[in-house]
Amino acid sequence: MIDPPITAMPWFTADDAWMLATAVLASVSCGLVGCWLVLRRLSLLGDAISHAVLPGIAGAFLLTGTRDVLPMLLGATIIGIATAFISSALGRWGRVDRDAAMGVTFTSLFALGVVMMSLAARQVDLDPGCVLHGLLEFVPFDTVALLGVQVPRAAAWLGGALMVDVVLMLAFLKHLRATSFDPAHAASVGLRVSLVHLGLMATVAANTVVAFEAVGSILVVAMLVAPGATARLWTDRLGSMLWLAAGIAAATAIVGTLAAIGFNTSAAGMIATVSMVGYVGSVAAVAAGRTVRRTMPHASTPLTMQQPRSDRP
Amino acid sequence: MPELLRLLSLQDASTRMVMLSTASLAMAAALVGSLAMLRRRALAGDAVAHASLPGICLAWFVAGDRSLAVLLLGALVLGLASMATMALVQRWPKAREDATTAIAISGFFGLGIVLSRVIQNQPGGNRAGLDGFLFGKAATIVSTDAWLVLGVAVAVAATVLALRKEFGLLCFDRDFAAGIGRPVHRLDAILLVLVALVTVAGLPSVGVVLVVALLVIPPAAARCWSGSLRTMLAVAAVIGAASAVIGTGLSAVLPPPGGAVGGGWPTGPMIVLTAAALFVVSLAVAPERGVLVALWRHHRLRATVPPGHGSTR
Repeated sequence: MIDPPITAMPWFTADDAWMLATAVLASVSCGLVGCWLVLRRLSLLGDAISHAVLPGIAGAFLLTGTRDVLPMLLGATIIGIATAFISSALGRWGRVDRDAAMGVTFTSLFALGVVMMSLAARQVDLDPGCVLHGLLEFVPFDTVALLGVQVPRAAAWLGGALMVDVVLMLAFLKHLRATSFDPAHAASVGLRVSLVHLGLMATVAANTVVAFEAVGSILVVAMLVAPGATARLWTDRLGSMLWLAAGIAAATAIVGTLAAIGFNTSAAGMIATVSMVGYVGSVAAVAAGRTVRRTMPHASTPLTMQQPRSDRP
Repeated sequence: MPELLRLLSLQDASTRMVMLSTASLAMAAALVGSLAMLRRRALAGDAVAHASLPGICLAWFVAGDRSLAVLLLGALVLGLASMATMALVQRWPKAREDATTAIAISGFFGLGIVLSRVIQNQPGGNRAGLDGFLFGKAATIVSTDAWLVLGVAVAVAATVLALRKEFGLLCFDRDFAAGIGRPVHRLDAILLVLVALVTVAGLPSVGVVLVVALLVIPPAAARCWSGSLRTMLAVAAVIGAASAVIGTGLSAVLPPPGGAVGGGWPTGPMIVLTAAALFVVSLAVAPERGVLVALWRHHRLRATVPPGHGSTR
């Protein structure tokens, strides 16, 4: 069975604290961006982009020979936009089914990325396995000086990403809201729907790359989609959905990281597992609550008659 | 070069067996994938594939015997469990299908990473056997395992061909199929079980992340060539088999890049890249739905329309 946590050592060290902070930053920034993917029914495109950025990252490795974040960010953002563009082009011109078009695009690009990584492995020490699941545990060992304090590089980048995300979201809230809920109306009042879409895809790709080193390309999907999808179950208002998603993202990251430290296993994997459990549990809880209210209408709606049953508000 | 000749003439008995089993599996996957794509379930295999990782780990824990058959059985059980979970969650109308799929893909993979790290931490816990499943390693497949994969492929292909008419009806007009008394729910379930079977059987050669490509790319390519189900199935099977043979051959013949993925070219990505190349060719030159033909038709149309009569743009 699983070994008990090591109790002889201090259970929660400074490194653990940095790991926790990094996880929360990654989870909240991805979760906020992911809300818009969930609202636009583009969750699978988030999945596709997070796989497909691999050749962009590997290309940056091959060209520069270093693990600098900036070239990786550039390469991956380009490939991320290309993924969104290629899948929609395949759907439109190749008349391929939407899911199949995404499947073709992201598997091909991911395969290309893995092959490029086996080429790059001669120059840079790179484990393709880590690309999939990341190494949150190694984050505290790679630090930069920020305002005189040694801060993990990943945490610094993720903090910056979170700030940029929030600023962008506040600046373009009107555009995002209009194009997500009623694209036809948004287009008719003169908003550039495809430009907003492109910007969102670029933001998703950039977030994926920044979170990539810590959580890997497959587990970042849980961070992108799960908070928004879970929050959507509990509320029908956009403002509360965003706040709730941020809270759920932070809580998931904290629970997942602490559980991983306790059981001495992968933190990123544990965060993804916890977010899945949270989502399934929320569906069950919301469905159970609805059933209770339907069978005992006076218990929750004392002043009105039984509400007409509607599945979608 | 003598290696290449040796490989192409299939002198080596084990190479022959591995090639045969991988090719027949790719054929079966193309057949099942065509139906899944037409049924708009193109990415169902992706959820199964990612859920297979915790399945393999659980089988590793539970069974004393760690042969491939036992590990793949565990993968199949968890793959089917993930499909059942998604179907249950899906019954709640606010739980969106794309978000559920994305969360299942990422969450089950996270669980797999958690479990594999626990295995790694155990005394004598050797993860070498598990790592091969991430990207596929056809070279390490032994003859008895190849027979297993071959058997699954033949059984799946035979089922598809036997139920060809029923599946065709299900994909093109489900309501009509139900109206004339076909068991549509059971047929849907059978199709998903077939998807799960080929996905799990494809893990040893193509790996967890990319096995869905076998289900998606050959059918998408075949769709370009034909509008009839029979022809499409045949073309998809040929493209699948060709990708498997060429990809496996390339990964065996090319000089190793000195890289990390087991010291050679990873088999799975090479197969996927071959399939992607065949897809691009199909999309370009296919007679009815190809891009080149469409461009040529457009050009001819513009030549025949007198100036001033077309679109103003």
